[in-house]
Amino acid sequence: MADLLTIKNLRIEATAYPPGEAPRQLVLVDDVFVSVQKGRVLGLIGESGAGKSTIGLAALSYGRGGVRLTGGQVLLNGRDIRTTGAAGLRALRGREVTYVAQSAAAAFNPAKRLMAQVIETSLLHKLMTREQAEARAVELFTKLGLPDPETFGRRYPHQVSGGQLQRAMTAMALCPKPDLVIFDEPTTALDVTTQIDVLAAIKEAIRDTGVAAIYITHDLAVVAQVADDILVLRHGKAVEYGATDQIISAPSQDYTQALVSVRRIDHAEKTAATPILRAQAITARYRGTSFDVLQDVTVDVAAGQTLAIVGESGSGKSTLARVITGLLPARSGQITFDGRTLSPDLAARSKDDLRQVQMIYQMADTAMNPRQTVGTIIGRPLEFYFGLKGDAKRARVQDLLDQIEMGAGYENRYPAELSGGQKQRVCIARALAAKPKLILCDEVTSALDPLVADGILKLLLTLQAQEGVAYVFITHDLATVKAIADKIAVMYRGKVVRYGQKSDVLSPPFDDYTDLLLSSVPEMKTGWLEGVIKTRKMASAGN
Amino acid sequence: MHPLIKLVVQRIALGLLLLLAVSVVIFLGVEMLPGDTAQAILGQSATPEALANLRESLGLNQSAATRYFTWLGHAVQGDLGKALTNQQDISHAIGQRLGNTLFLALCAGVIAVPLAIALGLIAARYNGRWPDKLISGVTLATISLPEFVAAYFVIFLLTQVIPILQPVSMVFPGMGFLEKLHAVALPVIVLVMVVLAHMMRMTRAAILNVMQSAYIETAELKGLSPMQVIWRHALPNAVAPIISVVVINLAYLVVGVVVVEVVFSYNALGQYLVDHVAKRDLPVVQAVGIIFAAVYIGLNILADLIGIIANPRLRHPK
Amino acid sequence: MRIPLSALMGMVLTGAFVLAAVFAPWIAPYPIDAAVGKVWEGPSSQYWLGTDTIGRDILSRLIYGGSVTIFVALVSSLLSFGMGAFFGFLAATRGGWMDTGLSRLVDLMMAVPSLIVALVVLSVLPLNLTVLILVMGVLDSTRVFRLSRAVAADIAVMDYVEAAKLRGERQGWIIFREILPNAMSPLVAEFGMRFIFAVLFISTLSFLGLGIQPPLSDWGGMVRENKDGLVYGKAAALMPALAIAVLAISVNLVADWILQRTSSLKGGRGG
Repeated sequence: MADLLTIKNLRIEATAYPPGEAPRQLVLVDDVFVSVQKGRVLGLIGESGAGKSTIGLAALSYGRGGVRLTGGQVLLNGRDIRTTGAAGLRALRGREVTYVAQSAAAAFNPAKRLMAQVIETSLLHKLMTREQAEARAVELFTKLGLPDPETFGRRYPHQVSGGQLQRAMTAMALCPKPDLVIFDEPTTALDVTTQIDVLAAIKEAIRDTGVAAIYITHDLAVVAQVADDILVLRHGKAVEYGATDQIISAPSQDYTQALVSVRRIDHAEKTAATPILRAQAITARYRGTSFDVLQDVTVDVAAGQTLAIVGESGSGKSTLARVITGLLPARSGQITFDGRTLSPDLAARSKDDLRQVQMIYQMADTAMNPRQTVGTIIGRPLEFYFGLKGDAKRARVQDLLDQIEMGAGYENRYPAELSGGQKQRVCIARALAAKPKLILCDEVTSALDPLVADGILKLLLTLQAQEGVAYVFITHDLATVKAIADKIAVMYRGKVVRYGQKSDVLSPPFDDYTDLLLSSVPEMKTGWLEGVIKTRKMASAGN
Repeated sequence: MHPLIKLVVQRIALGLLLLLAVSVVIFLGVEMLPGDTAQAILGQSATPEALANLRESLGLNQSAATRYFTWLGHAVQGDLGKALTNQQDISHAIGQRLGNTLFLALCAGVIAVPLAIALGLIAARYNGRWPDKLISGVTLATISLPEFVAAYFVIFLLTQVIPILQPVSMVFPGMGFLEKLHAVALPVIVLVMVVLAHMMRMTRAAILNVMQSAYIETAELKGLSPMQVIWRHALPNAVAPIISVVVINLAYLVVGVVVVEVVFSYNALGQYLVDHVAKRDLPVVQAVGIIFAAVYIGLNILADLIGIIANPRLRHPK
Repeated sequence: MRIPLSALMGMVLTGAFVLAAVFAPWIAPYPIDAAVGKVWEGPSSQYWLGTDTIGRDILSRLIYGGSVTIFVALVSSLLSFGMGAFFGFLAATRGGWMDTGLSRLVDLMMAVPSLIVALVVLSVLPLNLTVLILVMGVLDSTRVFRLSRAVAADIAVMDYVEAAKLRGERQGWIIFREILPNAMSPLVAEFGMRFIFAVLFISTLSFLGLGIQPPLSDWGGMVRENKDGLVYGKAAALMPALAIAVLAISVNLVADWILQRTSSLKGGRGG
């Protein structure tokens, strides 16, 4: 059978314009081969910068910004679309190939009703009458599990939730009955529990309509659920290309093996001990609101141990961190640290109290002042808390850099000159510089690629063993929790719904929400998704 | 009540409040500054008795609050008092001149608005290419010119180098419409130049901003042609910012008018204001100042209201 | 670093204007107030730009007038900038009632065009340099306030500022070491814009006869003195007008370039 899409020797380039420097040519994708047959799903997987979205858009012969397709062939239904003119491209875009973007919230026009946008392509290419198109849209809304499918299309994008928008975007892509749909990280921006439902809906829609698809993601476990074949990419080059079963059960390349074994850090739970931090009956709300984001939350963590706080966006887990640091004084409840009560307000805490509790942020990019060097960033707490100056300070900064496994030569660099993982390491060093007894880690690995995130988790565990520092580890990702926690608190809508030692929290019987959360972590095996959807006790929390 | 109506009512109420506050500041703030109206009228050589008499007759001995409320009460009924210098009725003097000012501003607006939008669209369509660079360069130059400088360049060009117009714009009651148009041609050209630049640059920015949205990419990937993308997807979202750009720039006209009227000896509100500032005729300055402020505030509220009404999130709440 | 031609031209011209203003008494070929020639003579080798309405050398008056214009504009824009940036940063970092109070006050001041406010105020105050500079500086500080408050508020919510607060840093460190270095480029560009605005503003006031008073004279005043000549085809009024335009455009070119560099720093998506 002839391939629907064959991409040969693809080369994609872009021009970078660094401020104040001469423009530079970048090769984003080099010598990549892709083929998709009718009714099959190809998964494209790789870290950020691997070129996977760029390749996906190449199937529409579309370059984002200044991106250009400079070499190779893109054969769609037997003809090379790189040599098709603008009119020819317009005729195939939306008719033969459609696209589902990562953020449906941004990809829908805010000024138009959903129905008009969903059927626009079908009408534009004169594929069906308005009545036929609307009927098909309603049918797709139903298939994708959208509420009130008959009237759903009358709403504006801002009137529906993120998960629903992502389903609507899938409907928009399927409506004109294309041959091929490009899904570009369609579930990445969603909450964990919502992601699984949307993923299942997309998979079902693909199966029922018999359309071919390219599914782009950074999460191998996700792509294993939907794809027939997988292409692993790194730095714009193909690493491994094969059937899904082969890739996840018998990867031949080192990089693929690393991706498959990611999130399998072993960590033996420590036994319960006297707490160093105890947050008791905390209730808090933001100024100007009349709703308690935290209700009667009680948790503690022992010296040298890790308390993981798990929950989705809106569960109040980050708010708890703000209350512990004193950025958001609690309305009631108290925080005891190392045997003494901490003032609820940051401004009233002593310098030593501040030193003892440090914080690491999710986005290392915004957590460091872009105008300060690594030396200044790490050196400031040394100077501020311990009065270190000159050579003593410099020597200690280098010690810390060694501890975070970065070594010499970084002191005078600016954050912009570091990779994502290195930035987060510098933030860890800044926290360590204060010699704290407790570090709050707010989603510190969720913005990182899986392999890099693994490195950070290992580093945190090593540092805990060396320094005896306790962590309060805030995350939405249960795999991370399993890797690092001694104790776990599961939060849902401002309350702690399950709390205890790791082994207890992660053993049945489960409450409904914990079950939902646990069942939402994709496993690296095919067929897992169908099993989970059947056995879930509760629908996704956010939707 | 629909939240949209609530917002609109709130915004209008806020505007009225602002106008009231401005009137207080213009009336009372001026009184708190060092300086004395009576002294200003009679000059440095006035005798203390003469000063006292004048203060008495002007009501300057009453408390500031009393005078403000008296003034406000009269102003609401259309009575703005009498000019100190010639005892003329201010409302009467303003009436004629306001019409002339509005005529001038209207003519400039009618030409500048469509021209600015068209040029803004062209510059945005050819972003970074020569039409954009040309338009942006020329408008950068015009923005850098104060109104009177632009005016004299235009005067020199159109009355001396190519003598087709008169350097003075006289309008008087009973003049025909076409005659009037001919008379205001030069000041209108100058005002258009000044307003056009700002309006065009802001229009260009508003369109470019919309064109960078992800939904424009979605539209392109649906196979729409560039014109269809602009008409169906960019414009519905760009209309609101463009209209508010237009209205905000009409407010700039208010300032431009003052200077341009002086340059062309055009007998209207701005000229009247500047004359009486020089004569230190406080009641006139206050009255005209508040009228200008009211127009300016009114236009700004209008821009806000358009922004509110055009926002689908507010029109169709969850 | 590559400087575009337009910005380079702007810098050279701005520099030339400032130098001429500073060294006016040594550069100007004739004294400021001496009627050395006939009325409204055209440009000649003796009077490069011709003579004015009472026979004074225009070039000399332009050089002296430039020092007045640039001095007044510079001092008032420094004043507006200092006040606006100080209160803007204060409002952004303190928040609460101070922010609300200052912002409402600025809203009130900006509800009326500056020229109108200036005219109302100048109708009571004595017309001298100090008053002019103060009025212009205070009125224009509202714009600087809005910009610096917005820039500082954007930066103040960044995690690194929060990290500094959590460390226990004082307000001074947070403003000068964390916020200011990141706010510099837009503020420098804004200073250029404020300076231009001040040049235009003082010129406009002088042109209306409500700015610099005789015996001092600035470019706006010179346009006013010579404007009647235009009707007879005498271009004398255009010389100071041209000077205003060239200075404003030069500074604008530099400010525009700085602003563009700032926005490109934010960068697109990573490659």
